[in-house]
Amino acid sequence: MSAPLLSVRHLRKAYGALKVTDDVGLDVAAGELHAIIGPNGAGKTTLIHQLSGSLPSDSGEVRLAGEDITGRSMVERVRRGLARSFQITSVLDGFSVLENAALAVQARAGSSFRFVRPAAREDALNEAAMAALARVGLADRAGRRAGSLSHGEKRQLEIAVALATDARLLLLDEPLAGTGPEESAILVGLMRDLKTTHTIVLIEHDMEAVFALADRMSVLVYGRVIASGDPAAVRADPEVRAAYLGEEEAA
Amino acid sequence: MTALVARAAAEPPRRRIGLSGTAVAAGLILGAFALVPVAAQALGLPFLVVTATRMMIFGLAALSLDLVLGYGALVSFGHAAFIGIGAYAVGILDAHGVHDLGLQALAAVAACALFALVTGAISLRTRGVYFIMITLAFGQMAYFFMVSLSAYGGDDGLPLSRRSTLAGLPLLEGDLPLFYGVLAVLALSCLALHRVVGSRFGRVLRGTRDNAVRMRAIGFAPFPYRLTAYVAAGALAGLAGVLLANQAEFASPAYMSWQRSGELIVMVVLGGMGTLVGPIAGAAALIAVEEGLAHYSEHWRLGLGLLLVLVVLLTRGGLAGLAARLTGARP
Repeated sequence: MSAPLLSVRHLRKAYGALKVTDDVGLDVAAGELHAIIGPNGAGKTTLIHQLSGSLPSDSGEVRLAGEDITGRSMVERVRRGLARSFQITSVLDGFSVLENAALAVQARAGSSFRFVRPAAREDALNEAAMAALARVGLADRAGRRAGSLSHGEKRQLEIAVALATDARLLLLDEPLAGTGPEESAILVGLMRDLKTTHTIVLIEHDMEAVFALADRMSVLVYGRVIASGDPAAVRADPEVRAAYLGEEEAA
Repeated sequence: MTALVARAAAEPPRRRIGLSGTAVAAGLILGAFALVPVAAQALGLPFLVVTATRMMIFGLAALSLDLVLGYGALVSFGHAAFIGIGAYAVGILDAHGVHDLGLQALAAVAACALFALVTGAISLRTRGVYFIMITLAFGQMAYFFMVSLSAYGGDDGLPLSRRSTLAGLPLLEGDLPLFYGVLAVLALSCLALHRVVGSRFGRVLRGTRDNAVRMRAIGFAPFPYRLTAYVAAGALAGLAGVLLANQAEFASPAYMSWQRSGELIVMVVLGGMGTLVGPIAGAAALIAVEEGLAHYSEHWRLGLGLLLVLVVLLTRGGLAGLAARLTGARP
C-alpha cells in the first residue's frame, strides 16, 4: 500500500480543560472519500480547522503526501494542494460567480502584484475558472452576482472555488448544511463525481449521504476517534452504535 | 467561444452597455473642472479658479484614501499626514534652494512611501477600531513632529520662496497654469487607479475587503496586498501635498492635523466609497459647502453636519450611489 495522501498523528487541541481534539489519528489514502462523522460538539469543525491550518494544533502532526505541514499556515497548505470549503457559506457576494472562481485560479497562476492589465480579461484565468464552474454545474450562472445565487448554488460555488485552487485534497465542511432535498441530491451527485478525481475528507451530518459516498469513515466523539474503517464495519461497531447511531435510532 | 463567454461574465454587468458609468462620471467631473476658468472669467469671479484648484487637490487626496478605505476597507485616520509630508518636502527643499518640481515630487513620494511602509507594517497588524486608533496616533506623531521642528517654522509653518519650477522655468507662477497642472495630475491619477482596481492586484484587494478568511482559504495572505495599497495611497497623497504647498505657497503643520484626516474620510464617504470618482466629487462638494456656508454664517459647521447626516442616511453609497440610482445604473 502506498503512503497515505493525508496522515494525521496524535493531533491535540484543548481549550483549558476541554479537550476538543484528543489524540486524533487518521490516514486518508489518495483517491478515497473519507467521511468524518460524530454527534454535535464532537469536535469535527475544530478538526477541519486544524487540518486546513486556520487553527494551530497544540501538538501532533499533519502530513500531506509525506510532507510535514503541521506548522504551515492556511495559505501555505492551499499552495500545497489542500483546499477547504466552509460550513457557513463564505463566497464573495459582491463578485460575479466567475470572479469567485477566477480569484482562486489567480492565486496559483503567477504573481498578483500586477497593477495595469484588467484581470477580468485574462482568458487563462477565466477558462480555468469556467472549467471549475462547469464541473459543479454552475457554468450558466457565471455572470451572475454570487450574492444572488440560491443557497444550494452557493454551496456548489464553494466547491468550485476549492476545485479552482487546483487542490489534490478537498476538505468539505458540511456541504449539505441547510440544503433542501433537491439541492442535497445535486450536491451528493457532485461529490460522487469529484471522488473520481480528488481525495476528499467529508464532514457531514446527513447519514444517508455519508453512507452513500464514503469509502472509509471515522467516528469522532468528544474529540476522540472511536472507530475508523469501511462503512459496513463502522456501522456494526458496538461502540459507535452506543455512542452515536443508537442515539439517532432512539430519537 | 468559451473564452468569450467567460470574458463577458467576468466584466461587471454595466460594462456591457458601452461606456461604464464610472467613465462617464469621471468625464463629467473633470470636464466641469476644465470649464471653471472660462466660467470664472465670464462671471467675473477669478477666485473660483483658486477654489477649484483646492477642490482638485483635496480630490486627489480623497482619491488616494479611497484606495485603502473604499477598496481595502481600511479606515485610515491619519491620511492627512501624507499631505503634510508632501507639502514639507516642497517647503524644506525650497528652503535649501531646490525648487525643481521633479526633485520635490520625488522626495515627497519617497518620504511618504517610506512613512507609509513603516507605519503601515505596524498598523496593518491590527483591524477595525484599533487600526483607526493606531493610524490616528501615527498621524498625530507626524503632526507634533512638524509643530516642534522650529528650524522649518514649527507651529507657524513654512512659507515658500517661490512656486516649484519645471526645468528651471517658473511655469506654475500663475493661478491658471497651476490649475491646469493640478487637473492633469488628478485626471492621470484617476485613470491610473481605475486600472489598478481592475487589475489582479485590485481584485485581490477587493477580495480581502469583502472576506479575508475566504481569501486565505484560496491562498492569498491579505497583509502584503493591504500594505502595498497603503503605501501607494500614501505616496499619492504626498503628491497632493506637493500641489497644496504650491497652491498656498506655504507648508503648515495644520495640513496634517487629525481634523484634516477626518475631513478626508468625510469626502470619501460623502462621495461614495470604492468608486474613485465619488471621492473627487465629495471633496468638491465639501469644499463648496464649506465656502458657501462660511459666507453666510460662522456656525457653518453645524449646517455641514446636518448635510452629512442627510447624505449618509438618504443616499446609501454617497453622491456616487445617488447618481447611479438617478441614472438607473447599478451603484
